[in-house]
Amino acid sequence: MIGDAFNPTIILAILPEILLLALAGLILVVDLFARRRASILGWLTALGLTITLVLTLLYARPNSGSELIFGGMLRHDWISFVFAVVFQFAAAVTALLSTGVNEVSDRGEYFALLVVTALGMTMMAAAADLMMLFLAIETTSIPLYILAGFLKDDERSTESGMKYFLFGAVTSAVMLYGFSLLYGFTGETNLYALADGMAAGKISPLVIAAMAVLVLVGFGFKVSIVPFHFWSPDVYEGAPTPITAYISTASKSAGFAVLLRVMLAVFPAIAAEWTLLLAIMATATMTLGNLLALAQTNIKRMLAYSSIAHAGYAVIGLVALSSFGAASVVFYLAAYIVTNLAAFAVVILFARTAGSETIADYAGLSRRSPGLGLVLMVAFLSLGGMPPLAGFVAKFYVFAAAVESGWIWLAFVGVLNAIIGLYYYLTVLKVVYLYRSEEEDKPIAVPRTYALVLIVCVIAIIAIGAFSAPWLDWALTSATSLF
Amino acid sequence: MAFPVLSIIVFTPIVFGMLLLLFPAHRMREIRIFALIGASIALGLSVWAYFSYDQVLGGYQLIERYEWIPRLGIAYHVGVDGMNLPLVLLTGVVIFTGVLISWGIDDRPREFFAFLFILATGVFGVFVALDLFMLFFFYEIAVFPMYLLISIWGWKVTREYAAMKLTLYLFIGSVIALIGGLAMYFASGATSFGLLDLETAGFSIAFQRFWFPFVFFGFAVLGGIFPVHNWSPDGHVAAPTAVSMFHAGVLMKLGAFASLRVGIMLLPEGAKFWAPLVLGLATVNVVYGAFIASVQTDFKYVIGFSSVSHMGLVLLGFATLNPDGITGAGVQMFSHGVMTALFFAVVGMVYDRAHTREIPKLGGFMKAMPLAGIAFIIGGLVSMGMPGFSGFIAEFPIFMGLWQRQPVIALVAAISIVITAGYIMRVVGRVFFGDMPQEFEGHITPIKLQDKVALVILSAILVIVGVYPRIMVPLVQSGAQAVLSLLGGA
Repeated sequence: MIGDAFNPTIILAILPEILLLALAGLILVVDLFARRRASILGWLTALGLTITLVLTLLYARPNSGSELIFGGMLRHDWISFVFAVVFQFAAAVTALLSTGVNEVSDRGEYFALLVVTALGMTMMAAAADLMMLFLAIETTSIPLYILAGFLKDDERSTESGMKYFLFGAVTSAVMLYGFSLLYGFTGETNLYALADGMAAGKISPLVIAAMAVLVLVGFGFKVSIVPFHFWSPDVYEGAPTPITAYISTASKSAGFAVLLRVMLAVFPAIAAEWTLLLAIMATATMTLGNLLALAQTNIKRMLAYSSIAHAGYAVIGLVALSSFGAASVVFYLAAYIVTNLAAFAVVILFARTAGSETIADYAGLSRRSPGLGLVLMVAFLSLGGMPPLAGFVAKFYVFAAAVESGWIWLAFVGVLNAIIGLYYYLTVLKVVYLYRSEEEDKPIAVPRTYALVLIVCVIAIIAIGAFSAPWLDWALTSATSLF
Repeated sequence: MAFPVLSIIVFTPIVFGMLLLLFPAHRMREIRIFALIGASIALGLSVWAYFSYDQVLGGYQLIERYEWIPRLGIAYHVGVDGMNLPLVLLTGVVIFTGVLISWGIDDRPREFFAFLFILATGVFGVFVALDLFMLFFFYEIAVFPMYLLISIWGWKVTREYAAMKLTLYLFIGSVIALIGGLAMYFASGATSFGLLDLETAGFSIAFQRFWFPFVFFGFAVLGGIFPVHNWSPDGHVAAPTAVSMFHAGVLMKLGAFASLRVGIMLLPEGAKFWAPLVLGLATVNVVYGAFIASVQTDFKYVIGFSSVSHMGLVLLGFATLNPDGITGAGVQMFSHGVMTALFFAVVGMVYDRAHTREIPKLGGFMKAMPLAGIAFIIGGLVSMGMPGFSGFIAEFPIFMGLWQRQPVIALVAAISIVITAGYIMRVVGRVFFGDMPQEFEGHITPIKLQDKVALVILSAILVIVGVYPRIMVPLVQSGAQAVLSLLGGA
């Protein structure tokens, strides 16, 4: 399609991006007039994102095929569409979660940056050209650095932003070096021309492997797989909690969108090698993430390590190198996003009233607020992979994909890790349900906005888990656009 | 469309459990009555299903099938035959009597019954599942409420440890079996998770021999197989009474049943290859469990280890791979389930009044609570395999089957009967007869009406099956026949 005459449908293809940009501008304008009106900005952002989400669903849905648009800069296909939907959902929830957090809920720039990251992520998922890809990644990352360090008076938040920025900048540089080599060896920047370019240029597999590793550094940072995970516990702990939730779900998924597309499109020549490399990294990621999570006393740090481990499970689906495997990754991410958002919502609410992020302080939560205890249980059991919740089917599909492609050992590594995971999730639930505390008579306030988020997330967790057929269909359809 | 009786049985508990959560926490009386209504529906429909099964017709009946995840060939597919129908009835009986026994729980009864009911839905779902995915799905649902039930309402001394140990053991077993299940699915052409389709998939002998241990032992962890049995006595002892009843009575059958249904029936060649190992391990269960039970001084641990021993007989019956053995094992699952529920109910009643379970400190309870004493003695007679009680109906065919297969094992395993008789009589003698210690005089309140009803139901079942085996044996035989036709095919 490259070089075709202008076709108005390509405007519809970037409808989400256009709307998000307009929304970011609108938020800044409203901010001028609505200073100190708590929660109005959060609601405006969430509402705007919901509208763009609905419009995306209605008008930006791709046809059965995939097409390169804007001179090959973007690819309009199912996977970019599905991810766009997911990112907007996550951003909307994050906006609502921010309404009750001091120092961010009345800041227009905070919400505008949030929307810009969502814009960057949708472009990451759709980018089909090295230039575009790099720009999209930076459009996502730079606002996220700022958001992580948004609480200026909080040292941990500042440290979080700084650390995130330094790690991000270094890995971006390495990745960019990989991109430049890719261009240098093939003369192409379009992802879908690179593989042919490599084959035509008879480039040695060693060189291709070196380029793949360089590129993986950048992607590995985004999805936080071992050994590029070091930033995440500190960043997660220090960042404003809604942003932690957002980085651990949407930003991670955006990384996976890129990882899936690039690895499958650009490096088929050395598929056997990179799948093995990723299998080893997945093993290390799951094992290290879970083992380190065991020792945590701060719930945000625990969720950080658990989120590292979950990246490892999702990588298994990519290693399977099959259409079903790619679908299982997409499904896994969707399930993980709704689950983790619910978990972080509870963390935010608890911190608002109790002022603590220490796991031990969660004692008596089931008595202070039975509903909140129940939501935390649903979220953690879903993370632990228990039916009828989303996490169970998600893990089931990922492991099934591994077994289908003959990665039996990897599937075993995965299930054994799931057991470690279950252990620390249950440990928290034990504190919530079993231990008593002196504060038991102080209920935890749950504002309506948060109640809405909790209900939506819990319904989604159960719906994805118990009635997974339609979601799986979406995931399978989007996976076919990768092959 | 026919009346979806099995689906109603499966989902009644969880629906009632969810509705219970909507009650205000302090309306305890209403909560209990509502829970009892839910349990009655489940029991009533299980009884109805049991007696409406047409033995002449045989095969799977009351079938329901709905597409669930069609892209992967996963369906919600349920049905009952001679093997799982008694277990459905068992679950109905234990949930009903369990609710009665738990009448006195006053720490958050709403959550207690809700979790217990989620557990019951998981158990019912596994027993009636005709789809492998569905089986795993409900199996895991049955595992996790256990953790909360034991750790919140259990015995304070060991509950945290025991609950975690139990949950992790069972989860490890099931996920390992899950990988085996996935391997079967893909080896069969990845078109269907239906158990009936997988039965006819024609797996190669090497495949079956490779995967059988993962699947069989993965599930057998929950069946209490040696050497991964030791979660079970700890778990039973730490659990509150109704949960012990449910756990030893029903949940262990879940493991045994799943290892039969998925392990032996889908991988018959593997079963033939590995049967000697299973025989060996199960014999250790039977004899070692009985020995350990006989040296316990804690009343509840005696029963806990006796479960290990009796579940060994079930696994022995399976491993004979012949009609007598499998039929016996099928009846034993039911008989042991009811018997052990009865035991734990009585132990709970004694403990609630004496506040100790140390056998040497107890005595003379027959006078204080005669009905409980009689019920315990009936359970004891079942446990020893006395003719006229259901234990005999179950154990006799198991030993017949064993003798045909491996007389030495039959002889060794038979030792357990003597030991069992020994420890049961010791417990009965010490706890129920003799003189009541001074400090208990006057403190032992009579048992309540709900408890009496539960004990009568449980004892009556044990006696009815014992004196009128036709009510169950031909049914189980027809189920065993289906297992054997899979084993005989090759």
